[in-house]
Amino acid sequence: MENPIIFHIGSMPVTQALFATWCMTAVVLAAAAVLRLRLRAENPGWAQRIVEMILDWLGDEIQGIVNRDARPFLPLIASLFVFIFVSNLSSLVSPLIPGFSPPTSDITATAALATVVFLAVPIYGVTMSGPIRYLKTYVEPTWIMLPMNLISELSRTLALAVRLFGNIFSGEILFMVVLSLIPYVLHKAVVLTVVPLGFQLFIMFLSLITGAIQAYIFAILATVYIGGAVKTGERKQEEEAAQ
Amino acid sequence: MTIEMIAIIVAGVTIAIGSVGPALGEARVAASAMEAIARQPDMAGTITRTMFVSLAMIESTAIYCLLISMMLMFKLGPLFEKAVETAAP
Repeated sequence: MENPIIFHIGSMPVTQALFATWCMTAVVLAAAAVLRLRLRAENPGWAQRIVEMILDWLGDEIQGIVNRDARPFLPLIASLFVFIFVSNLSSLVSPLIPGFSPPTSDITATAALATVVFLAVPIYGVTMSGPIRYLKTYVEPTWIMLPMNLISELSRTLALAVRLFGNIFSGEILFMVVLSLIPYVLHKAVVLTVVPLGFQLFIMFLSLITGAIQAYIFAILATVYIGGAVKTGERKQEEEAAQ
Repeated sequence: MTIEMIAIIVAGVTIAIGSVGPALGEARVAASAMEAIARQPDMAGTITRTMFVSLAMIESTAIYCLLISMMLMFKLGPLFEKAVETAAP
């Protein structure tokens, strides 16, 4: 709920969510480093096969959306996907570790991730279709739409942050509400404790599905936004070539 | 009736009304996507991806309502906050 401050570095307060984000980053980085050291062309291990499968699948998805080579987009989209996926799945171990909740259940972490996408859109648009062609996407179809395009740029970033946060946070809240039922049930009959525990198992299963789908949706929406900035430039080029 | 009680009641009404529209909308999207996949199984990949993106778009209205009701409860409802604090370890 509230965001307790754990310790200070200099004058910067480090909150629980920030520390959890660092822990998740460290986990992902360590896994990546181990995989990088054991990278082999012949006879790859099971871990390498899984990662290659995920990257191939994401590459195909990106290629289907932007209609061009997925290689320039893959590093950003895949790292967003992997980080959000691992963070969402950490909600399964959060009841075991006191004071820990997944980083994506805090609005600051999801807002930072959405800001990355917000900044990536003009960067990809300018580098791939040029600054003038990118800026022209804001006055499409007519210049009257300029304020609308600017507002949609901001509102979709907000929606991206709030969507991920809301989904994961509501799962946590549901978990805590069911947890708070246990003492009441315990007063009545010990056997009835099975009911909230079973329901809790169901909620954990649900949060597993929600976490995976939300990671996928975040990655796909980031691709759609970046692809929108890149694709419009490409279409312009084709139109000019036709004329 | 205190302001905390009004806040909690309004929070419940907000999420109750706010979840009806997106639920109906998502059901229509899922039904249409299934019809489309049944008609053209070759396009299942594209249809599924588009379906997920539009589901996320529709869902965001429900998430906004959830956020509003959370704000009502946690900012204006110290009663609920106290209950959660005593319940959670």
